[in-house]
Amino acid sequence: MAAEAPLVSIRGLELGYPVRSGLFKRVVGSVRAVAGVDLDIRRGETLGLVGESGCGKTSLGKAMLQLERPTGGEVLLDCGGARRDLCRMRQGELREARRRMQIVFQDPYSSLNPAFTIYGSLEDAMRRYGLATRAERRRRLGELLEAVNMRPEHMDRYPSEFSGGQRQRIGIARALSADPELVVCDEAVSALDVSIRAQVLNLLLKLKAERGLTYLFISHDLSVVEYVSDRIAVMYLGRIVELAGTEELYSNPLHPYTRALLSAIPIADPDRARRRIVLEGDVPSPVDPPPGCPFHPRCPDRVEECSRVPPALRTHMIKGEAHAAACHLAKE
Amino acid sequence: MPERRARAGRSRLDGKLDRIREAEEAGLLEHARGSRALRKMLGNRLSLLGLAVFSAIVLSALLAPWICRYDPQKIDLRSVLRPPSAAHLFGTDKLGRDIFSRVLHGGRISILVGLGSALGAAAIGILLGSYGGYKGGPADRAFLRLSEVFMAFPQIILVLLLVSIVGQSVSNLVLIFVATGWGSIYRMTRARMLSIREEEYVQALRAFGLPDLLICYKHMLPNALGPIMVNITLSTAMFILQEAALSFLGLGVPLEIATWGNILNAANDINVLARYWWIWLPVGSVISLFVLSVNFIGDGLRDSADPSQLG
Amino acid sequence: MEGETLVRVRNLRTYLYANGRCNKAVNDVSFDVRAGRTLCVVGESGCGKSVTAASIMQLLPPLARIESGEIAYRSAEGELRLDRLPRNGRAMRSLRGRDLGMIFQDPMTALNPVYSIGFQIRESLRYHTRLGAPARRAKAIELLADMGIPLPAQRSGEYPHQLSGGMRQRAMIAMAMACEPKVLIADEPTTALDVTVQAQVFDLMERLKRERGTAIMLITHDMGVVAELADEVVVMYMGNVVESGTVREVLKSPAHPYTRALLGSIPLLGRGRSQRLEPIRGSTPDPFDRPPGCQFAPRCPRQEPACDAGLPPEVEVSAAHRVRCLFAKEGRDGR
Repeated sequence: MAAEAPLVSIRGLELGYPVRSGLFKRVVGSVRAVAGVDLDIRRGETLGLVGESGCGKTSLGKAMLQLERPTGGEVLLDCGGARRDLCRMRQGELREARRRMQIVFQDPYSSLNPAFTIYGSLEDAMRRYGLATRAERRRRLGELLEAVNMRPEHMDRYPSEFSGGQRQRIGIARALSADPELVVCDEAVSALDVSIRAQVLNLLLKLKAERGLTYLFISHDLSVVEYVSDRIAVMYLGRIVELAGTEELYSNPLHPYTRALLSAIPIADPDRARRRIVLEGDVPSPVDPPPGCPFHPRCPDRVEECSRVPPALRTHMIKGEAHAAACHLAKE
Repeated sequence: MPERRARAGRSRLDGKLDRIREAEEAGLLEHARGSRALRKMLGNRLSLLGLAVFSAIVLSALLAPWICRYDPQKIDLRSVLRPPSAAHLFGTDKLGRDIFSRVLHGGRISILVGLGSALGAAAIGILLGSYGGYKGGPADRAFLRLSEVFMAFPQIILVLLLVSIVGQSVSNLVLIFVATGWGSIYRMTRARMLSIREEEYVQALRAFGLPDLLICYKHMLPNALGPIMVNITLSTAMFILQEAALSFLGLGVPLEIATWGNILNAANDINVLARYWWIWLPVGSVISLFVLSVNFIGDGLRDSADPSQLG
Repeated sequence: MEGETLVRVRNLRTYLYANGRCNKAVNDVSFDVRAGRTLCVVGESGCGKSVTAASIMQLLPPLARIESGEIAYRSAEGELRLDRLPRNGRAMRSLRGRDLGMIFQDPMTALNPVYSIGFQIRESLRYHTRLGAPARRAKAIELLADMGIPLPAQRSGEYPHQLSGGMRQRAMIAMAMACEPKVLIADEPTTALDVTVQAQVFDLMERLKRERGTAIMLITHDMGVVAELADEVVVMYMGNVVESGTVREVLKSPAHPYTRALLGSIPLLGRGRSQRLEPIRGSTPDPFDRPPGCQFAPRCPRQEPACDAGLPPEVEVSAAHRVRCLFAKEGRDGR
């Protein structure tokens, strides 16, 4: 089906943190923020990654970029046909690979260094990527700022002079300064007001079309993810529970968690009175995940098997399209 | 009735707010230019006074050779223990040395010891604390424990111990102050860096694959400097007091060099304390004034960095 | 008594003072909060919605002041002018909690970490009611059970950090509801929560309104929340109410360009990539350098010189629908 090799293949990725407790801070267990994830990111697509807080979606993004070192699994990056595992690269090689994968952060207020002008905080990175002279760097940054609908003279201002939306656009320009192939947007519009959010979303779509970027778009907001994504992966407690094309996922969710999530989203249309599926209880602690299917304590459809056997992520072919779900009850 | 109570409840604050509102509505107010911290610092009268006293003392100490008519070391046995007069502004001591001249010349050493120790301690503390806070690791843990040991040991005893080992001299005293004083700035810098490390711009720099030293000292450190500056000011005052205390005990700078502490040292005699007030009062006052003024400046710096106040 | 106006806000102006400047955060705001109804105040950050709520509760920061207008609360003893009560006087303190309940965005900071949940609810009961200690204990547990907290007797002895986010938010609602206030003011109560937990809190608020006839004033930035919960809605922009009315009127036939633009800039679930978002151009103006007339004029597609002449008056486009725009009526016909 996919003729071309994926840009990034994640295989069995694990990211765990030790849990320490007691007087002497002994390691008593571990939190699996990412608990064995397989995921392919195809060249040129926008892959949406949704889930609630603590589901591990941000950890997955950071582990993929090696901002947090994974504790297991592989992240295979397509390097001109050969596939190289980022997790096993040495520092020097990793620095080169990093240029191809950048990240846009959530908080426009902590994502820019208040002590430097925009140019000042970016010049070191641009020098690394081969722009040797100051004039070259300034010209390049000017172009980038124009690409994100700002003016080149903004590069000599400090972050405190910009609004949240402008800062977020500068954050995007920063990610683009390395001329990456893949951009991870980690809740990139979540902190913005709605009127500004639409500006940034449209900008991201425009940049993607112009530069042929690939996005991993991480968000808790399903309506935003639906607007930008080609495919969507739903995460729960460190695992991917469903993965499908955008339309397919919204029209035919196979996993009960996806159904509950979709039904819980308030829609700004008083005519669309819907039945909310109100889940019982809260997301269990990742320190002590339930046995079997991680969702079963809250699942309205659970059967006996769910509490014993963890369901695998199985791919179903629906209308000629792959639709994967990790649920014992999922049928085509 | 509630109307009246509301009137009576009007405070001075209300009047102030009224004036701001009128000015705002008349379109008189503009966005303040320049640094807000600087403006607040200049608006703080106490710290301005501190700055004035501080500069006066520092300047007259620096210009001491040109201001003073007498050599601070020159012994004049014909005029011992003279009270203040036109010839000797602060009087003379037991050896007939001019106290005014000694206070000014002594200020040079005392301030050098105070400022030098504070800067030295800050240099070490910042150097270790920044990288330790950013990277962590065994070296950071070792330095943390070491600073805890230094801070848990009564400092004055540690200083006395070191003085008796390495001997008395101005440079030894500075070295000892630096060795015992770096811990607090180290811990403070480290704590600041720990919180800055979590900021997203630091992650972005790491995503670019920039070297750690560059990220740490060039990009992160400037954001930690504010409170560190306050700390340096306040520790300058502390070291000056320590020098005075040590010299008073006869363990600081060698007695033949004039410092504020050594001048006070002459007063460790009940006879002097009771009868020759000019030997200890002027120099004591200068020390107090200097330390107070430095503390006022420190408070002003701290307030100007605090955004939660009406500026 | 459903539909009775409990809190009446008229021409409220609350200004904030900082750094020697004056920010007209709330500038001529009027609305009613009615028993058994939910009023949603919706707007973006900096529009003055939270300052409005804080004005009603008299929980403003020290450098903020109600300049003019009235906030009237209809209590059992007759009408009370909240804006004239001393901020921290006895009268205001006894109203808070007993008549006016408030829940905040972040339950972690709104609950005291060193006391148990049950203790904090009992404190409020002790201060506002005459219940004895055993009755208070029973009532606290009953409240927690009411809010859908499992094992309420055990939970009441737990501390805020032992509860999950949704559980904490419910504990805070339980605390706010302890003395059965007639008015509940909720300032972004679910912004910090996940959608599945948000759905639980919404269910709870709907039940309070239905079963106890509580008047709810809900502050939010999310039009989806408005559509789900509101009976009436007030849209704020830069300190003004730009549009108000029943939820159906405002969301289905928005008359103010800002409301229209706001609705046009949010993606609707289920429409996917076929929809086209129309962002509002520019950004929110500097509160210290406001446009002279209509606050939305610089970003408005329909802007004319007349818009800058002064703040447009409120126009009634229908019985339950008021708009602050010079072209309100024409915009309606034009659609």
